[in-house]
Amino acid sequence: MGIFDDELKILRERVLKLGCMVESAIRDAVKALVERDSELAKEVIKRDHLINALDVAIDEECVRLIALRQPMARDLRLITTAMKITTDLERMGDLAGNIAERAMELNAEPQLKPFKNIPKMAEITQQMVRDALDAFVTGCSRLPYEVIKRDDEVDELTVRNFEELLGLMIQDPKIIPLAVKRTYIAKYLERIADHATNIAEMIIYMCKGKMIRHTEISEEKE
Amino acid sequence: MDSIKAESRNLNFYYGSLQTLKNVNLQIRERQITALIGPSGCGKTTYLRCFNRMHDLYPHNRYQGEIILYPDKINIISPEVDPIEVRMRISMVFQKPNPFPKSIFENVAYGLRVRGINNKSTLSEKVEKSLRGAALWDEIKDRLHQPAFDLSGGQQQRLCIARALATDPEILLFDEPTSALDPIATGKIEELIMGLQEHITILIVTHNMQQAARISDYTAFMYLGELVECGETDSLFVNPQNKLTEEYITGRFG
Repeated sequence: MGIFDDELKILRERVLKLGCMVESAIRDAVKALVERDSELAKEVIKRDHLINALDVAIDEECVRLIALRQPMARDLRLITTAMKITTDLERMGDLAGNIAERAMELNAEPQLKPFKNIPKMAEITQQMVRDALDAFVTGCSRLPYEVIKRDDEVDELTVRNFEELLGLMIQDPKIIPLAVKRTYIAKYLERIADHATNIAEMIIYMCKGKMIRHTEISEEKE
Repeated sequence: MDSIKAESRNLNFYYGSLQTLKNVNLQIRERQITALIGPSGCGKTTYLRCFNRMHDLYPHNRYQGEIILYPDKINIISPEVDPIEVRMRISMVFQKPNPFPKSIFENVAYGLRVRGINNKSTLSEKVEKSLRGAALWDEIKDRLHQPAFDLSGGQQQRLCIARALATDPEILLFDEPTSALDPIATGKIEELIMGLQEHITILIVTHNMQQAARISDYTAFMYLGELVECGETDSLFVNPQNKLTEEYITGRFG
């Protein structure tokens, strides 16, 4: 059993590593935007293939473990969770890449106004990713539930960001191309938070053996 | 909910002074496959053998409690109940194929002859039906009168299943029926068991957890003579409720 336990430990570490890579991609993409650093944005886009490669490697490892170790119970739930959350993480990486692309486009133009909502959204989102991954490693706790609740804050900020920009666009239609790109970025962050929520839901499954996706979280007994 | 075919109530069992089953309460659902799993010495085979009154063969063995067989609600371990009668209704297939040193035909006909059935056409009909039921007929229909020992291991085990089916039992007990067989023969026996479930209630002891997972509807985990957990196989293998079950099925036991 020792070998299998070691293999599971390595699997957990690799998922965690993927999570760290995605977290930095989000952080750097938003930094490239706020600090108008297009070199950093390019860097984020360039690094995406590393995320993709690790995603594939983790999936292959999971299939190998299922075939050779025939995992049961919590081992089975750990491995299926790893397979599912790496997909979410990979998508988050893609969205960070999208943010970096928009950042490069926006950085080429004069700045519309200082960023207010987007850095806040990025901060919450990154914390969601970090907490979801912590829960993946440390197991059952309140953390995944906190992550799911925080998704609402991100949703609200997305709406507020849109309304503020809409007001500006009505006042001055010339800014529409720039303002629309900003709404895109907020939308990307909102999607990233959704993926973090998926991860948190899978962690709850991993711990409790119960799928809570597409159910009201409030009905779930913590 | 499926109806109950048999049920042990506060079942205790002693080999002399050694207690090997402790208060086992378990319901066996009708026309479902219930698998008993657990480490060696946990009592699962002892439990299975109670259903066939196998323990009656030794003088110091003692049952306590009840095993109720439905629908007539008789307690099959009661001394007033004739073990032969019990074995007519509840048949058993063992770990290693154990055909009698007789022809294929006579192996299957044996239980019927014991019952006093000697009419040739009735016997032929029953033998064919049982061999078909055990998915063996097509392979051996042209050599029914050859010795049973001429068959391969997997065929011998299917012959033993046919022999068990001949008396139209209500419950079929399997004690690790594939542990002496290769994966192909195992696959055939497993498919056969799953097909039998249409008419017969099945209770199977297996060391092979994957086998329990593949074929059973319900799984019961036993440890040190006690029933630890019983549940639907799907949920027991994905999300067991008891820590001991979890440790056993993930291979982290002891």
